[in-house]
Amino acid sequence: MSENHALLTVDQVEAGASIPELSYDVTATTVVLGALASRDFRPMHHDRDFAQIRNGVQDIFLNTPNQAAWFERYLTDWTGPKGRLGRIKFRMKDSVFPGETMTFSGKVEQVSTDETGCAWVDLAVNLSVGERQVTDCSARIAVPKDESDNPWKRKNEQWKP
Amino acid sequence: MADQAMEELPEEVTGWIGKERYHEEGEFPVERGYIWTTCSSVENGNPIFWDDEVAEEITDGPIAMPTMISLWFRPHLWAPGRTKQAQPLQVHFDLKETLGLPEAIMSDNTIVFGEPVRPGDRLKTCQILHVVSDPKTTKLGTGRFWEIEVRYENQDGDFVGAEHYTGFGYKRPE
Repeated sequence: MSENHALLTVDQVEAGASIPELSYDVTATTVVLGALASRDFRPMHHDRDFAQIRNGVQDIFLNTPNQAAWFERYLTDWTGPKGRLGRIKFRMKDSVFPGETMTFSGKVEQVSTDETGCAWVDLAVNLSVGERQVTDCSARIAVPKDESDNPWKRKNEQWKP
Repeated sequence: MADQAMEELPEEVTGWIGKERYHEEGEFPVERGYIWTTCSSVENGNPIFWDDEVAEEITDGPIAMPTMISLWFRPHLWAPGRTKQAQPLQVHFDLKETLGLPEAIMSDNTIVFGEPVRPGDRLKTCQILHVVSDPKTTKLGTGRFWEIEVRYENQDGDFVGAEHYTGFGYKRPE
């Protein structure tokens, strides 16, 4: 389980750097819990017969909102609690099924400061199962400039995600 | 009906483009049970969700995971008096039905986050259809792509987020 006590500041981040990977063994419980936690009651996320017959896939599979939650957890594990997501975009190419090990990996693409003084890190994040690329994600997350800064305190015109 | 997808867009659909539709308030206020369950589902130990003192210091009190934004508008599977199952992202289902495209997938999803969502918030939303493509054929079948935006604000009118979906509605090859 993530402990999230990191306190990343922007001076510790460089474009081109990789962030630590996260691997997780997915079970049927992972899929069903994720679907119901996100109030996604569609049967392909809890009914294997439906997933196989109607969707033509091998099993139930991780739903989109829960994948978003996994991406958020992955990124804030890295930044710590002061990391504040501004924007996330993902494209699903394949699915994650019970019995598979999913792996999140990420690379810093850009480090910048906007006109309000907010420090941003843009990352390319990937979710894969073995050699299979499942979901590509790009994320923009605000991190503190220094230990006294806190992106969560930004409001209105000071927050430009 | 399926052939309609291959023809020009029906006026009904072109009339939806750029219009705010389905203004609604969530069926229930933002609540911590779902926040903890969602954190648990992805083993997210971020203390701003679990430790009230940390939440007070960093986020001025408890907040929801930002990526939970769409959850607050997913309707109950059943509710008293409801005769038809309510659907989240109704514009998407309207397009499937009106264009005669029984299958659909979401390919891209972009979420932009504004003010934090907090327990007790009563969120409001609306849906905007931005684009419907000409007919396209992919390995899934023939249909159309569309882009839908879902905007969210809190009870004070603050922008809390927006989602942009790219969907592909299609008919399987015979």
